[in-house]
Amino acid sequence: MFNIEIDGQQVEVEQGQMIIEAADAAGIAIPRFCYHKKLSIAANCRMCLVEVEKARKPMPACATPVTEGMRVFTKTPAAIHSQRTVMEFLLINHPLDCPICDQGGQCELQDISMSYGEGVSEYTQGKRSVDGDDLGSLVATDMTRCIHCTRCIRFCEEVAGIKELGATNRGEHMEVGTYVDHALESEVSGNIIDLCPVGALTSKPFRYQARAWELQQMPSVASHDCVGANTFVHTRRQEVMRVVPRECEDVNEVWLSDRDRFSYTGLESEERLAKPLVKQDGQWQEATWADALNAVKEGLQRVKDKHGASQIAALSHPSSTTEEHYLLQKLMRGIGCHNLDHRLNRVDFSDQDQFGLYPRIGTPVAKIDELNAILLVGSNIRHEQPSIGLRVRKAALSGAHVMMVNPMAYEFHMPMSESVVVKPSEMVSALAQVAKAASELASGEVPAAAAKLLSGVSYSEAHKTIAKKLADAEQATIMMGALAQNHAHAANIRALCNLIAEFTGSSCGALTEGANAQGAWLVGMLPHRAMAGADAMVPGLDAQTCFAEKLRAYVLHGIEPEADVANSQVALDALKQADFVVSTTVFVTDAMKEYADVILPVAPATETSGTFINVEGRWQGFRGARPAFEEGRPAWKVFRVLGNLFALEGFDFESSEQVLTEVHAKVKQLEGKVHAWVAPERLPASHEKGLEVIAERALYQTDAIVRRAAPLASSKANPEFGVHVSVQTAQSAGVESCEQVEVKAGEHRVSLPLVLDERVPTGAVWLPSGYAESAVLTSHATVTLAKG
Amino acid sequence: MSATCEETVKLSDNVRKEIDDWLTRFPPEQKRSATLYALRMVQEENGWVSKPHMNAIAEYLEIAPVAVYEVATFYTMYDLEPKGKHKIGVCTNVSCQLCGSDKIVEHIKNKYQVGLNEVTKDGKYFFQEVECLGSCCGAPVVIVDDKHYKEKLTPEGLEKVLQELEG
Repeated sequence: MFNIEIDGQQVEVEQGQMIIEAADAAGIAIPRFCYHKKLSIAANCRMCLVEVEKARKPMPACATPVTEGMRVFTKTPAAIHSQRTVMEFLLINHPLDCPICDQGGQCELQDISMSYGEGVSEYTQGKRSVDGDDLGSLVATDMTRCIHCTRCIRFCEEVAGIKELGATNRGEHMEVGTYVDHALESEVSGNIIDLCPVGALTSKPFRYQARAWELQQMPSVASHDCVGANTFVHTRRQEVMRVVPRECEDVNEVWLSDRDRFSYTGLESEERLAKPLVKQDGQWQEATWADALNAVKEGLQRVKDKHGASQIAALSHPSSTTEEHYLLQKLMRGIGCHNLDHRLNRVDFSDQDQFGLYPRIGTPVAKIDELNAILLVGSNIRHEQPSIGLRVRKAALSGAHVMMVNPMAYEFHMPMSESVVVKPSEMVSALAQVAKAASELASGEVPAAAAKLLSGVSYSEAHKTIAKKLADAEQATIMMGALAQNHAHAANIRALCNLIAEFTGSSCGALTEGANAQGAWLVGMLPHRAMAGADAMVPGLDAQTCFAEKLRAYVLHGIEPEADVANSQVALDALKQADFVVSTTVFVTDAMKEYADVILPVAPATETSGTFINVEGRWQGFRGARPAFEEGRPAWKVFRVLGNLFALEGFDFESSEQVLTEVHAKVKQLEGKVHAWVAPERLPASHEKGLEVIAERALYQTDAIVRRAAPLASSKANPEFGVHVSVQTAQSAGVESCEQVEVKAGEHRVSLPLVLDERVPTGAVWLPSGYAESAVLTSHATVTLAKG
Repeated sequence: MSATCEETVKLSDNVRKEIDDWLTRFPPEQKRSATLYALRMVQEENGWVSKPHMNAIAEYLEIAPVAVYEVATFYTMYDLEPKGKHKIGVCTNVSCQLCGSDKIVEHIKNKYQVGLNEVTKDGKYFFQEVECLGSCCGAPVVIVDDKHYKEKLTPEGLEKVLQELEG
């Protein structure tokens, strides 16, 4: 640490810092275009030229390291002259079409040219124009406006990890683009919109929709993954116009995934529900809230009186707010119903008593960058958790060993140190092999149960490498993804991961589905747990059993079973035969109209206040950015009024804050369960007939809102829809030349496009879950293929 | 990461061998450094560098296709469109001009009805204006197919060179 002087002010700096960093930290403004604190230094725009004492010429502040005793001047006539000259240069080819440019009013070039631009330029020659490339459904291009700062190119290469953009030609002819027809494939491509200091790259869905100065900004939290990226929701006249990232170094840094950025477009869907609907004599009628809520009360009461409350189940989407989870379980337990769950895609619940307060990641999100070894188990991290994916990539680039045990040979945007790719049924044995190798490296004594479990296991070099790299790393973690948690033997996988973690001194955790699985666990939206980890007084049925048992009544909150639930066919059958089904939802579908009796419009996260608890246990509250759509109501209010209708005690809340206060108080009172996993007694044998199914939730199928976002659906980041198999598998099924194949599972036959995909292991098929078309297949362990 | 739906091509064994040879001169993680040479090999063999060729180079060097496009479009000596069967580069810099390169240019215009940087109608020759070839002692100089220097040329001398190409 030493001091330098900037504009007469003493600034403390660290060795290796650049002048611009020191100036930014001291709040001294230096104009810039190409410099960005999260990207490498390019020093190509020259806008940040400053005067440095004893330097013969102006120095770029972004690329000049500080030295002891340095004196920097940013506002002297010499510095200003340099900056003005550069500004004139940058405007030589800029069209100055601000009146028709989306960036107008929020443009760095506009702002800086106001301060540094001359009214007249000495350059009178014609300006060049550039035809922009079509980058797909998310990013619009007007490359004539580009000033060649190369921030977008550097972002794609350095942060996103796919070099999709480049600068072709040179000098005056330089163009930023893809050179060939190529839509962006990155799952975080929208960030180049924020990075572009001019209007060359703008948001396609937001194009010509609003001016920056018409917008109101509300801080919010993204509701589509377990990270909870901090966002700003921009509204105009109470309509959501766009979503942009809100800087939070510990969570999403300055980035935002495309899913979190563009999902708001789904809210405009034609299926948006405006008013409560009640089915009367088989006919759907619009109803007042009072009537609709009374219908719910009567419907549930009728079932309770006739069949008992144990014939009722309530399921809530894991992306619901903590307040909603809390009030729904309080309401249901109040009327005697204990069949509560939010784990819609999990199928193995055998270890549910061995969980701690809630499933969480093994290391704080902000610390992922610093890890030395990371083992991904059953996770397509780029698609599941894009923000964590960027962090893992960052760790990999700074030398961490990133490894995976996966049922697919996913191509990640980072170097992989070791990969074990096996069919789903072999996941458990692959992990047992790693555990065995790890047990031999462990310094302490191997517990008898674990030793017995692993006694007959032999491992190969790859398993040993994984174990060794985890053990050698100073800080290592194991991340279990959705494919691990939703596996038929999820409990075994979890136990083995914990075992490996213990042997290697790593941490171990899960990347949960939805935005608030943690909140659901904490407040007891579970059949076996009440508040804060306490055992439920009366245990209920888990999500899959609720449907399999075909109960008499269901309460669904934010769920579309045909896409959101693991065994969607069983779920739909159960709902259709039930006496009473109420759905609190943002959208209404035809399927819903078939099975439901009352449909209530509730507010999505942009329209209600609430709290998400993210995967590291961070409580993030937010307020609605606009009032609820039409007659929609925040779900916590709906559950509160239902509580009143059932004359339950403790339903006098007047705001979601009061609900939160009660949650806080109860959480504090109780102590969480101590994390205690148990080694499984034996490992499942793997002998599946037919082609094993790898059912992965497609990138833009995570919840009802994302599914309806048209720009996301047509983005190239989306995996190609269809049944993915390797060439070898296709050949042995005799379908390698088919475009369409018939996929058979039990009595179900579905015709799907065939996609040849070398990432799929032989003997397995990859199917996207979340689509109604393939939903009947994804719950099956195996399928067969035939010409279709 | 296929960047285009254009046809794909494979690099010939010869080009691969040459690239492999160049790769030994760079650190193993710096395969990108061989891009310049790879493009040159392809151009020598093929006459020009097509997009499928660039994609093939990218695949071989395990880099993004756009990284190859960047390099190929930066340097003007890579031909990204098919040119004539033979490339005839005529130096028009000071020494050559003083020694009569303008007569050669004139001759080309008259006989082949094309200007510099144009391809003859029959597709045989691509006459190109080039900068100093560093052989001013032999001015005027013409470079044939990026490789062979023909020095102290006259219009008649050029015709002889072209005839030799035919033979």
